Amino acid sequence: MNKTLIDVAVIGGGPAGLAAALKAKEEGLEKVVLIERDKELGGILNQCIHDGFGLIRFGKQLSGCEYSQRYIHMVRKTDIEIHTDTMVLEITPYKEVYAINQSEGVLCWQAKTVILAMGCRERTRPQVGILGTRPAGVLTAGAVQKYINVQGFKPGQKAVILGSGDIGMIMARRMTLEHMEVEGVYEVMPNLGGLRRNKVQCLDDYDIPLHLSTTVVRVHGKKRLTGVTVAKVDEKRKPISGTERYISCDLLVLSVGLIPENELSRHAGIRIHPVTKGPEVNQYMETSLPGVFAAGNVSAVFDLVDYVSKTGEIAAQGAAREIKQLKETAPQKLLPVTPGENISFTLPQCIRPEDGTITFYMRVKKSMEKLTIRLLCDGEVIKAMKLLVANPPEMVSMTVDWKKEYKGEIVMEGKEEQG
Amino acid sequence: MKTEYTCIICPRSCDLEVEEKDGACIVSGNRCKRGEEYGINEHLHPKRMITTTVKLEGGNSRCLPVISDGFVPKELLTDCLDYLYGITIKAPVKLHDVVAENILGTGVNVLAARDVEKG
Repeated sequence: MNKTLIDVAVIGGGPAGLAAALKAKEEGLEKVVLIERDKELGGILNQCIHDGFGLIRFGKQLSGCEYSQRYIHMVRKTDIEIHTDTMVLEITPYKEVYAINQSEGVLCWQAKTVILAMGCRERTRPQVGILGTRPAGVLTAGAVQKYINVQGFKPGQKAVILGSGDIGMIMARRMTLEHMEVEGVYEVMPNLGGLRRNKVQCLDDYDIPLHLSTTVVRVHGKKRLTGVTVAKVDEKRKPISGTERYISCDLLVLSVGLIPENELSRHAGIRIHPVTKGPEVNQYMETSLPGVFAAGNVSAVFDLVDYVSKTGEIAAQGAAREIKQLKETAPQKLLPVTPGENISFTLPQCIRPEDGTITFYMRVKKSMEKLTIRLLCDGEVIKAMKLLVANPPEMVSMTVDWKKEYKGEIVMEGKEEQG
Repeated sequence: MKTEYTCIICPRSCDLEVEEKDGACIVSGNRCKRGEEYGINEHLHPKRMITTTVKLEGGNSRCLPVISDGFVPKELLTDCLDYLYGITIKAPVKLHDVVAENILGTGVNVLAARDVEKG
C-alpha cells in the first residue's frame, strides 16, 4: 500500500500532541501529521470547563477549553496536516503508522519520528473491584463530566463520589451547581487524593463532606442504581466489619485514578515502566524504540496541563534533533536514574550522557515539610532543591544543568530536614 | 486573632493565615502576591470565578462553556449561574465573545470559552 513519507507523526490531538506538533513546526520540520480519534482537537480539555489551567504556560488562569482553544488557534495557523475522527490502528517498530477514518479509508505513513500523545484513561469499576450488581448509574468522573459539560445531560439526581482525586472533587462542585445532590466524597486512603485548593473551592464551599479511609463496598440496584454501601477501612485498606452504612443514590461517580493509554506503544514493542505505566524515556522523552517519543500523560500521569505541554515540546525537540542528525551517532549507554528515598518515580528514567538542561519530574511517596530534593551521582550532590512542602498528588519538577561527565549511579532522593 | 485559609489561586495551595490588625489584614504563609490578595479577599469578602455552560443552538454540541473575566462575590455565584441557565446562545461563536455583560451588576462579563462553528 501507498506509504507517505513524513517527518513526524503525532498520535493524539490533546494538549501534549498539540504542543508537540506546534513545536515540531517551530523547529523547522516540514511534514508534521497530527492524528486525533475524536471529531475535534483538544482532547479531554474540551470537557474541562473549570478554570485553573495555564498559569505556568500562559501566566493566566484559563479554563480547560480556553487552554486547548489557544493551542488549536496556533496549530491552525500552521501547515500541520490534521486528521480528526481518525483512529490509529498500529505503529510498527519501523515507524509505519496505520490509521483509519470514514472519508479516506486506511491511511499509512512512513514516519521518520513518532510522538506518542495518547493521554490516559480512567480506571473503571472492575479495576477497583466493587462487589454487587451491575446497574446503570455507575460512571467514571470523566464520563459524568462529558455528559454534563458537553452533551448537556443530567446523569442522575443524587450522587456518591468514590475517590478524592481532582476530577472527583471538581465534579462534586459541578454536579452541585447543576442542582444535583452530592451526598459525599469517599476516599479509601487516609489522605486527600487531589490538590488541597480543590477541596476548598469544590467541597468546602458547598458543604460537601469528605470521608477519608472509607470506601464503597457494594453496589445495589437491578436496572438502575438504587444505593451503595460504604464502610471504613483499616490501614491495609480492608473494610472494617460493623462500620457499613447504606446510602440511597442513583449515581456512583468513580474518580479512582488514571492509567496511561499504551496499547499502541506495547504493540510496537516499547518498554513500559512498571510504576508510571508509561514508556521509559530519556531526557528527550525518547522511548526504548529509537525515534519514537512520548509526551504528556501517556508517559506518566501529570497533575498540571502546563507540564503536559512542556513534555510535548521536549519530545518535539528530540524528534527534530533526531531528524537533523544532531544526535551523536555512536550508540551510548544510557544512565538509569534510580528513585531513592521517598521518591516513587522520576521522569526521565534514564539519561543519554550529553551536556544539556534536563527537567526532571517526580512524585514523592509521602507528604513532607521542609525537605530537600537531591540528585546524586555516586553519592555526590549534582543538584539540590529546597521545598517547603511536597505532597504525593503534586508533581515536583527540578531543572538540572547536566554534564556528560556525570557517570555512575544516579539517584534522586527527597529528605526532610532533621530537627 | 488569626484565621486560616488555603489559597486556591494556584496548585501550590499555600496555607495562609490572616490577621486583622488596626483595621488592616496581614497575610502570612503566602508565597506570592496573588496569595496576599486572595487572603485579604477571602477574609473580607470571598470571591469566585464563574465557569459553567449555557444553552447553545445551531452548533455541534448543546452546550457552550463560558468563563467570567473576573471574580464575582461568592454569595452571588448561584444567582449568576441561575441567570446563565436562562439564556441561549446561537452558533457560530468565537472564543471570548461576550455571553453576558456586567452580570447582575457585578461589573464582570461572562465570555465564551471556545469557538463553535455552525453545525
